[in-house]
Amino acid sequence: MKWLSLLMLLPLAGAAIISALPKSNEKAAKQAALATTLVVMAATIAMAVGFQRDNVDLQFVESYAWIPSFGINFALGVDAIALVLILMSTILAPVVVLAGWNEAHGGRWSVKTFYVLILVLETMMIGVFAATDLFLFYVIFEAMLIPVYFLIGGYGTGERSAAAVKFLLYSLFGGLLMLASIIALYVMSGAQGGHTFDLDKLSQLQMSSTTQNLLFLGFFIAFAIKAPVWPFHTWLPDAAKSATPGTSVLLLGVLDKVGTFGMIRYCLTLFPEASKTFTPLIMILAVISIVYGAFLAIGAKDIKRLIAYTSISHFGFITMGIFAMTSQAQSGATLYMFNHGFSTAALFLVAGWMIARRGSSTISDFGGLQRVTPVMAWSFFIAGMSSLALPGLSSFVSEFLVLVGTFTRYPVHAIIATFGIVLAALYILIPVQKALHGPTTAGNENLKDLNLREKLAIAPVIAIIVVLGFYPSPLLNVINPAAKHVISQMGFTDPVPSIGDK
Amino acid sequence: MTFTAPVLSYTLLSPILILLGGALIGVLVEAFVSKALRPVVQLTLTLGTLMLSLFQVWRIRGEQSLTPAMGSLVIDGPAVLLQGSILVIAIISIFLIADTEHFTPLAAALPGSAEEREAAQAGNQVTEVYPLTLFAVSGMMIFPIASDLIMLFVALEMLSLPLYLMAGLSRRRRLASQESALKYFLLGSFASAFFLFGAAYLYGFSGSITFAGIRESVIGGSGNDVLLLIGMAFLSIGLLFKVGAVPFHSWSPDVYQGAPTPITAFMAAATKVAAFGAMLRIFYTVFANAEWSWTPIISAIAIISMLLGSLVAISQRDVKRMLAYSSIAHAGFLLSGIIALNKAGLDATIFYLFAYGVATVGGFAVVTLVRDSSGEVTDLNRWKGLGKRSPFAASAFALFLLAFAGIPLTSGFIGKFSIFSAAYENGATAVVITGVLSSAIAAFFYIRVIVLMFFTDAVEDGTAVEIPSILTRATVVISAVITLVLGIYPAPVLDFITDLAIFIR
Repeated sequence: MKWLSLLMLLPLAGAAIISALPKSNEKAAKQAALATTLVVMAATIAMAVGFQRDNVDLQFVESYAWIPSFGINFALGVDAIALVLILMSTILAPVVVLAGWNEAHGGRWSVKTFYVLILVLETMMIGVFAATDLFLFYVIFEAMLIPVYFLIGGYGTGERSAAAVKFLLYSLFGGLLMLASIIALYVMSGAQGGHTFDLDKLSQLQMSSTTQNLLFLGFFIAFAIKAPVWPFHTWLPDAAKSATPGTSVLLLGVLDKVGTFGMIRYCLTLFPEASKTFTPLIMILAVISIVYGAFLAIGAKDIKRLIAYTSISHFGFITMGIFAMTSQAQSGATLYMFNHGFSTAALFLVAGWMIARRGSSTISDFGGLQRVTPVMAWSFFIAGMSSLALPGLSSFVSEFLVLVGTFTRYPVHAIIATFGIVLAALYILIPVQKALHGPTTAGNENLKDLNLREKLAIAPVIAIIVVLGFYPSPLLNVINPAAKHVISQMGFTDPVPSIGDK
Repeated sequence: MTFTAPVLSYTLLSPILILLGGALIGVLVEAFVSKALRPVVQLTLTLGTLMLSLFQVWRIRGEQSLTPAMGSLVIDGPAVLLQGSILVIAIISIFLIADTEHFTPLAAALPGSAEEREAAQAGNQVTEVYPLTLFAVSGMMIFPIASDLIMLFVALEMLSLPLYLMAGLSRRRRLASQESALKYFLLGSFASAFFLFGAAYLYGFSGSITFAGIRESVIGGSGNDVLLLIGMAFLSIGLLFKVGAVPFHSWSPDVYQGAPTPITAFMAAATKVAAFGAMLRIFYTVFANAEWSWTPIISAIAIISMLLGSLVAISQRDVKRMLAYSSIAHAGFLLSGIIALNKAGLDATIFYLFAYGVATVGGFAVVTLVRDSSGEVTDLNRWKGLGKRSPFAASAFALFLLAFAGIPLTSGFIGKFSIFSAAYENGATAVVITGVLSSAIAAFFYIRVIVLMFFTDAVEDGTAVEIPSILTRATVVISAVITLVLGIYPAPVLDFITDLAIFIR
């Protein structure tokens, strides 16, 4: 069965159905979107069950000729890392649709258009992780920007169009740098045995180390903007603040992962030597992201900006895990990507409900929510605790793995990054204390607690956070072989712990 | 003295002969058909002529001949592809030209004079524009297939003269239109003079006016290189002027803005195909062996065209001027296809020309739709909120802008990718990197227009979007479909081009 192309087609079919619905029937559009995303989720889970976890080759491989004269194929396939991310994306999609049931109403365009954009985006989210042809990846990488751009600019709040443009220009700029590198790879492949975009063949190209370094930078900067890694992060807080909560979840939870995923899939695989050359620099950038993101978060007054800043810090951890070049850190980074998707989703969705109820996104406007709206407050609390990596919640496992894996090779970086955890406690506990605890501040007395739909949306997310916190091995068992494979392909072996040598 | 009758292969020349025939009948129609019937008759005649010509081009697609007209013309794959592109662009432009709202009722009358008012009241129309278009198209069809310098010059003048006239026919802002026509004419004549000067030097260098003869001298290296260099330089100036590359671009913003928009659309798209077609032939066949002497300067021109076009476009407040500067940048992108000097570059340039030409006509077609009581509104500030008033026009325009910006899933991306990879293959790294960077700059102002249309609230100033006539709608829809299809599944067209595009010498 052609699982991956089926997964990509389903949301498109849903989008087609929705666009055929009459404009006035908003409810039908929402229900169709929910149904579609649920079907896609079910299909993804069904596919994931058939994944052979000890097989490090690409699975569910498909390939169709697309533009033969350039050697371009519509080629799909997943390894464990891509599978985990597709799984995350397709689980988040129905959650976002359900949680943001009414968020399309403040938009410039119809509700219908909103869900068409979301579904088109879902197709691309699956495609971008599943592409095994560099050209296909690039096309989706860039084309994805368009629906997100309209989602932010058309349905967001505040300075939405400025934020949307900023997002688009940053991403386009990065994408064009990558395009220059892709063109160079394409031309080299032509000189070494025929034009191709097949990742496997491209990874065997011979090139001088200068070329490799330059091309690596083209890719890395594009991914660093996407991820975002300091100093390429400035677009994110604006975009996250202006987008609707649902869009923010997809933006931070899924789209930004394309950056870190790209670092593993493209930077490490295509340019192993250059990756090694730039590792010291990237490790420093990652550590700066961790600490700097945390400090910004502590100072943030706006709750959506706060979450965006925490993500910068978390992406620092992920980047550090990727470039630490140990299998533990590598597994940790992949698991982190998955977990971050859910903890950020929980934070953003609950924050979105808080903001919608209170009519303000300033943290100091909230207070004493614990008493007025206990369910909402507890959900926010758990999401926050997961974000600061409290043991027993999912992020702890991944953050721990990243730190342990990094320490064996880069002890200083790991130690500084550990301070990031302390800072995380500050940036989460301060708003938790201000917004949830203490006396109920004026204007908050009559806030309504979560309704059934909202509870249904947040429950699976919190369940995943808690379950994976206590029992991460089902996921780790899938990720570990792939992470080891990445590291061994780079020619690294894990350093032996040196405890007790003397 | 004996007279040798010329041997002509009428089948191969039929696309051009049909056009010229149609144009002549058009002139007769002007003289003999009643005023009321003329618009319909002319439109039918012109469309029929173009379609028939396109059909003939399709029929001769596999043919190759060095001597369809005693060696003055050549028919080969690129010739057929370029002619086909020109005809497709002309057909969709004719739909726009058919909207008489754009043209002055009486071109000979002084702007604002009593005669002009009378003519307007009498409902006069300049139907002369149809035969003029056909003459221009036949010139454009000859330009890329000419294989000697005289023929090249004749074709150049043949395509230019009608365009000079047509640029001055605008109904609104007639003074600006006439000024632009005069400017185009004077600068164009100047460029033609340069061109002739270069041709003379090339004759001096090789002792021949045929491409084959010049090519032999270039390969043999027997002639005086100084003559060759001067000849190449001046010939190139004439050609670069026509494509609007920096520093020979200064006419284009004014002419784009002043000319009636349908004419701008036709001129911007079709002239580029014709002129780049001729450049391809000349640089790929005649001067190919003198690569060392022209690549650096053409690379430099490409780089400054891309940068200047993109940078200056940012500050434009008028949509037609903005598109003019964008076309200057695109001239730079296209020049990188000339520099590529390989088969991939040839294929890519032909594809790019077609894709860009179609998107350009589509873009200007949308411009003709945005009007208020005094005619077209080209001030970008008054395009605010267009997405709300006319989702059709705004979405189509957004699509064309995304294609210009080279966003994936539009024809522009495939074009840019193929042309840059071809140039990179020939080692033109600097050109490619500048191209990519200026694409980023260009994206800025294309996106700004999308923001204006979709994310800004409308100002109430009477700017309305005309309900498009069926013909204009057809132009927009056809262009949009071609732009999308070439972006999503370009394989058949690319293969078709790759199979055909081989120059014969």
